[in-house]
Amino acid sequence: MDRRDLIGGSRDVRTGGRALTPALAAARLTLVRDLRLAFRKRGQLVQPLVFFAIVTTLFPLAVSPELSRLRDIAPGVLWVAALLSSLLALEFLFRDDAHDGTLEQYALSGQSLTWLLFAKTVAHWLLTGLPLAVMAPLAGLSLGVPAAAIPGIVASVAVGSVALSLIGSVGAALTLAVKRSGALLSLLTLPLAMPVLIFGARATELAIKGGDFSAPLQLLAALAVLGITLAPLATAAAVRINLE
Amino acid sequence: MASWTWFHRLGSPPYIYSLAARLTPWFAWPAAALILGGLYGGLVLAPPDYQQGDGFRIIYVHAPSAWMSLMVYMTMAISAGVGLIWRMKVAHAVAASCAPIGASFTFCALVTGSLWGQPMWGTFWEWDPRLTSELILLFLYLGYMGLRSAMEDVQRADRSSAVLAVVGIVNVPIIHYSVTWWKSLHQAPSVMKLARPAMPPSMLIPLLMMLLGFTLFFVAVLLVRLRGEVLSRERSASWIREAVSP
Amino acid sequence: MSDCCLRGENLHLWRGDRHVLRGVDFSVARGECLQVAGSNGTGKTSLLRTLSGLMYPEEGRVLWQGKDVRGDLLGFQADMAYIGHEPPLKADLTPRENLRYWIGIRWPISRDEEEKALQRVGAQTWSNRPVRTLSAGQKRRVALAGLALMTVPLWLLDEPTTNLDTEGQRLVGSLIEEHLARGGLVVAAIHHDLSVSATAVRRLELARE
Repeated sequence: MDRRDLIGGSRDVRTGGRALTPALAAARLTLVRDLRLAFRKRGQLVQPLVFFAIVTTLFPLAVSPELSRLRDIAPGVLWVAALLSSLLALEFLFRDDAHDGTLEQYALSGQSLTWLLFAKTVAHWLLTGLPLAVMAPLAGLSLGVPAAAIPGIVASVAVGSVALSLIGSVGAALTLAVKRSGALLSLLTLPLAMPVLIFGARATELAIKGGDFSAPLQLLAALAVLGITLAPLATAAAVRINLE
Repeated sequence: MASWTWFHRLGSPPYIYSLAARLTPWFAWPAAALILGGLYGGLVLAPPDYQQGDGFRIIYVHAPSAWMSLMVYMTMAISAGVGLIWRMKVAHAVAASCAPIGASFTFCALVTGSLWGQPMWGTFWEWDPRLTSELILLFLYLGYMGLRSAMEDVQRADRSSAVLAVVGIVNVPIIHYSVTWWKSLHQAPSVMKLARPAMPPSMLIPLLMMLLGFTLFFVAVLLVRLRGEVLSRERSASWIREAVSP
Repeated sequence: MSDCCLRGENLHLWRGDRHVLRGVDFSVARGECLQVAGSNGTGKTSLLRTLSGLMYPEEGRVLWQGKDVRGDLLGFQADMAYIGHEPPLKADLTPRENLRYWIGIRWPISRDEEEKALQRVGAQTWSNRPVRTLSAGQKRRVALAGLALMTVPLWLLDEPTTNLDTEGQRLVGSLIEEHLARGGLVVAAIHHDLSVSATAVRRLELARE
């Protein structure tokens, strides 16, 4: 039996009016939905950013208020803080949807789950990674970083956080069925994120010293591209397993 | 189809249980002989290193452990992948049995590495790229075991941890190269290297014996653990009573 | 058996130590409703989840139009709608938005269709309130509006009448009847009898042990 028998000719009209392929259209709709949901809860939206600001404040208090010393550790501080705050929002990346059954509907929609979850990960990056990239220079300035380093910091955090969101999405999907998964999620995600930390901190360090940071930035971009190609597949597989 | 029967038999828990029991001594005894021989050759017969004196002898434990830590991870990831693709329960049981063994080898490599470093560096821990990679590998093992233990349902634990193992194996080379790259920026290459071409046979042969011995030892331990794993998974099956009671 | 659309063959499912499904066989043809009955814990939900492709049976297979659904799972799922225990709704979105994002990932729905579906379940007056503020019965009605929009051949329904008043239960019955009349198939796990004309309904009794 063809679906068209069942619903008459109206389906032809529907598919005819579609500009993108169905999978991409579905992914776009998922992205829009997640952004809309996030803006309904603005309080939660700013939490990773506030966390980022607090962590960077801890270091001058713990180490020394001298800007010359802080400048030396600034790349590490910025990247560890960025890593931890992108981790913070991950736990809820798929969890809410799994609880209310909407994730199940995604898995059963007949659309590619890989694309739908990739769209959710993109939403996560837009809501945490991108704001972090904007925040990082401000935090950097407070650590004595010269203004000339700002483009390098923004670029490296923006690119690196793409890889972080993707790695994190795999971890979030794997721990979907685990109650109170926060610590486990960090245990799974952080070792995988270490290359991102290494290249990101190096790019930031070179930017602060006024050097050429293109090499580590390209390595970061390579990690992000690798993440974009592989991570959504693993995420979709993990979500299917945990919906079983 | 006939050529596939071995594959199907490998998927059968009772067959695997008895096969593992029969195979264990074939690996355990050669492993013991090779390790004892290698230790004698390495600790007694081999001459001291011209730079590091007797301190280098820890390589006979360190290098095979470090080698095994990666080998076991690969075995784990491959069997997890097989389990994931062909839905083979026994493959998942193999992967589950690998993890604690691999973590122990990794831990052993870390401890011997820092003991070796002590006379060289004057501290027990140095952020040497190999030790750092080993440490991250230990975290990967711990994450794998943590994920398994967090899930009550065995099937879900099997399949979730399999995805993690496969993701991990893609990341292991990336982590290794990024750590090497990271260290090359900050310091000259590691001291934990012996001049390879200059290694005389009296040093090399015991090392190779230890490598082979550790590998066989791993297989023997894996078989024993696999039997335990199969027992606990099939505890309600009827063949277990017959297999265990005599 | 050209008429047979959905078939389960010797389905066995294990959950840990529990043998949940023990060789379930059935078939459903166009215009037929299969009522899955049985007391709690007999695996009604597990059966529906296995049919939907969410769960993987240890033994046996599910056939859709004569082909194993594992061959083309996405294609099969595109032909199928599944509604579980809980209505799949986001608490922070309105019923209207929920329908748009839920059905919308399958195909775009027009305002008109959306409106008609909401009217059908009597939701016009509260269709712009966040779902969080709705009662359990109202949420269930929103899920039914979604179902009314799912113009796919196969419906899998897990306790579709939970939390509904008698009028709501009649609504479920008429939705199913319409679906059967246009040649659809329904598999529903349900305790009491459906208010559907009896000729189209067959029962599959699941037993414990």
